[in-house]
Formats: sequence, C-alpha cells, structure tokens
Amino acid sequence: MNASTDRESRNSTAGPKMTISGASKRYDTRSGTVHALDRVSLEVRDGEFLCILGPSGCGKSTLLWSMAGLHGLSSGEIRLGPSKIEAPHPEIAMIFQEANLLPWRNLESNIALPFELKRTKPDRARISRLLQRVGLAGFESKYPRELSGGMQQRASIVRGLAVDPSVLLMDEPFGALDAFTRDEMNLLIQEIWMETGKTIIFITHSIAEALFLADRIVVMSARPGRIQEIVEVDLPRPRPISVQSTPEFIARVNDIKDMIDHRKV
Amino acid sequence: MDTQLRDQIPTFGAKQGADISLSGGLSSLSSGSNRTAFETLVIILVAVVIIGGAELLIALFEVPQYILPRPSLIAAALVSEWKFIWPHLLVTLYELLVGFTIGASIGFLLAAVITQFPFVEKIVTPYILLLVTTPMLALVPLLILRFGFGSEPRIIAVALASGPMVMINSATGFRRVDLAKIALARSFGASTLQIFTKIRIPMAMPMIIVGLMVGSIFGLLTTVGAEMVGGAEGLGNRLNYYSSMIRMPQFFAVITLLATIGISIYVFFFWVGKRWGSWDA
Repeated sequence: MNASTDRESRNSTAGPKMTISGASKRYDTRSGTVHALDRVSLEVRDGEFLCILGPSGCGKSTLLWSMAGLHGLSSGEIRLGPSKIEAPHPEIAMIFQEANLLPWRNLESNIALPFELKRTKPDRARISRLLQRVGLAGFESKYPRELSGGMQQRASIVRGLAVDPSVLLMDEPFGALDAFTRDEMNLLIQEIWMETGKTIIFITHSIAEALFLADRIVVMSARPGRIQEIVEVDLPRPRPISVQSTPEFIARVNDIKDMIDHRKV
Repeated sequence: MDTQLRDQIPTFGAKQGADISLSGGLSSLSSGSNRTAFETLVIILVAVVIIGGAELLIALFEVPQYILPRPSLIAAALVSEWKFIWPHLLVTLYELLVGFTIGASIGFLLAAVITQFPFVEKIVTPYILLLVTTPMLALVPLLILRFGFGSEPRIIAVALASGPMVMINSATGFRRVDLAKIALARSFGASTLQIFTKIRIPMAMPMIIVGLMVGSIFGLLTTVGAEMVGGAEGLGNRLNYYSSMIRMPQFFAVITLLATIGISIYVFFFWVGKRWGSWDA
C-alpha cells in the first residue's frame, strides 16, 4: 500500500496539490461494518478540475468530507501540500448540496459568515466583484427563500470563493437543480475555474456533467468504495454546452457507463 | 381586502399574506402592512358592538351588579380605584418578571446543555415533564410555610411554572440539528461556541420564542394563583378582597388589568417572533 503511493509521488513532477494515500473508512451499523472507503490513493494536481463520479454509496462524499477535514479516516492520510488534513483547513472551501445557506441571514450576511467565524473583516471589494461576476449584485439584502435554487447555489459559490481558498470541494452542488439551470451553473463554474485557476474537486453522479467539467474523472465503485478507473478528458476549453450533443461526447459517456455497468455484473 | 378562505388555492406567483404559524390570527393586533383600512374598520366595529352590546343587554335584562357589572361601571371603577390598585399591579409585575427571568434562564440553559448529551436528556426529561404537568400552584402553601408571606414563595412558584415550559420548547428547537449547516460552519473553522451561537441558537429560535411565550403566560397564571392562595399583596389578592366585599365593578377592573397583562405578553412575543423567529415560516 505504501509502496504504491511512493511510486505515484515520484512520478509527478510539479508536486501534487493534494495527496490521498491509502484512505480507508469503516464504520459499524446495525447491519454490520460498512466499508465506505477502501484504500483509496489519489493525487490531485495543482489547478486541475477533478470530478469524482460514482453511484450512490460509493463513498465519494465520504472521501470529499475527509478531504475537507470534516471526517476522520480509519486509516491512511490526506495531505494538502506538506500539511496533513485532520481538521478544516483555511486553504480549502467546501460547497454543499442544495446551497446550504442559513435561512435566517440575508445574502450579504450569509457571505460574511466565513469571515465572522474567522474573526476577520469581510473583503468587501472581493465580495462585490464576485457577486457582480455571478450576477447577484443588488440581491445582497434578499433572504435565501426569496431566491431561486440557481441563485442560492451561486451565492454559496461566492461564499466559498470569498475567503480566497486554493482548493474548492464541491459535493454534488447542482444535483437538485433543473436541467436548464444546471447547464447554466456548469458553464459558470467552468468560467470561474478558468479565471481563478483554483483546484476544484467536484462530486457528481452524472456522467455527462463529469465529462463536461473535468480534466480527469475518478470513477468509483461501491461497497467497498474504491477507485475503479481514472479517465483523462482532453476536450478543448472553453467547452460549450453544445459539446454534450456531439457524437464523440456521447461515445465517451457510453464508455464510462460501460465501465460502471461491467463492474456491477 | 383579503376575504379569501385559508385553504383556497392562490394564483401562482401571487404573494400570500402568511403570518408565522404560532399566532396567525393575531395579525389583527399587529400593525401588519397587509391590513387595509376596511379591515381596521371592521375590527374596531366588532369590538364596539361587543362592548356596547354587553352594556345594553345587561341593562335590558337587569342583570344584578354582583353577577355581572356593566362595562361602563367597570371602566369607572378602574379609574376611581386606580390609586389603590396600582401598587398591587406593580407587585404582580415584579413577581412575574423576576420569577420568569429566573425560570426562563435556567430552562434555556438546561435545554441548551442537555440536548448536547442525548443520554443526559433521557434521564432528565421525565422530571421536566413532571414539572410541566404538575400545577406548581399546589406547591404554594408549602412554599409559604418555608418562605413566609412575602414575594419569595410566589417568585419560586412562577420560576417553577415557567422554567420547564421554556426548557421543553427550547429543547425541541435545539434538537432540530441540521448536520449540513453545522458542517458548513465547521468547514470554515468554527469553534463549538461559534457553532452554538451562530447556528444552533438561530436554528432553535422559533421554538425558543414559543417557549418564552407559553412560559410567561403560565407564569402569569401562577403569579395570580399564588397571590390568591396567600399573602396580602398583588392583583390576585385584590381579586379575593373585592369578591369578598362583593365589589364587582372593582373585581372586574382587576380582571381587565390581568387580561391586559396577558395580551401584552402575547403581543410582545408575537412581535419578537416576527422579528427574530420567522425565518422558517
């Protein structure tokens, strides 16, 4: 297990942004021990857009929450550069499913929350630039319930980016949105990634979404949660939404689908 | 004018005049923005008809004053007796305020701490339920034996009556943990205290306010009841005094004051709820 990670780290030249080595997570439930993650090793390159794709129960959320320092591992370790991740790290921001805004705070004070928690002054200029960028300027005094699902998720992206992290972890962020809004958000996050050069690790169970966004797709299989395959995506950027209807794209979707189906049999 | 039935389906996209659930009908007391002049007029008119109607009917059927005095007599008694009544009003308010503050603080803190430890909660909850369901008035004679005829036994009774109400409702609020929101705060490096003040308290706030409202009303009932049981002060004592003298207009004047206190408490917490607890409406 350790030997393989040594080999992997020697192979990379620039030095990985994040290193996951032999990450395992087991927990006991009434029906027995669940092997959520089984010896997952992975290197995340600096500035890449990495998608983690897999069926529900494959441990992809467990992996991401561990990378955020929110979960502990049963064995193995996760590093950001040289530092071991054991608790939330200021360089890492997390974007949750369904926006996760606090309903008792308006947009402005929702975005100010990370600064409040870190006891620093909000970077007003940066926040208003980001709000402008995602098309939410002028909505600062609105409450989450007054905003559409897409707007809420855009606000949560601003909240994550406001503290200027170098890694953005996104846990199925657009899963609850309708197909049109989802396309819109995928375009937006691609643009933001290209503009900011952040390292993004993005969880999804949509093959098309993963192919559209990712530089590399980590395909995971369930029970136990393992990395099954890592797929490089070399489609030119920026990718337009229409790329999803090209025969080549559809062929790639089917290839990945086959990988997952074969695994199940 | 809003004459729609509550279960009528509104037009899509139209704004609904929804109030927070704990006191929907109370919007007639608040200066709601969605009340029209017509509605105000009707509300005042109905009040006038009820009070005027009572006045007329009591006069018409020659109901004896010792059974039910006319509203005008009650109003007159309230004015003429005011100088004798107001010291008692202050005593009642003092006992209520002190007892409620003590009880509510303890209840709130207990709820906040206990809900963090499910095992402790299981042990403590039956005793809290016992305190909620047992009328604390029953303890007053005992408390008087121990603490005398001053305000202390009544303050203790009020604290015992309101505290558990605040506690049980707050605990319900604190139990509504949203793991995603706690994870959100943690991911930005929040401390346990910050999670408590920035996530758990605001999330529990609607139920905390319900607890404070119910607790303070229970406190008022207990204050007056305890004053009727023993002692020489307070509005409850005045009720005993005026009824024993068969001075019914004065008796009802005191009842009017008590009703005013009760409604003021209700309106106050309604307003607090609208301001701080209506985010989940």
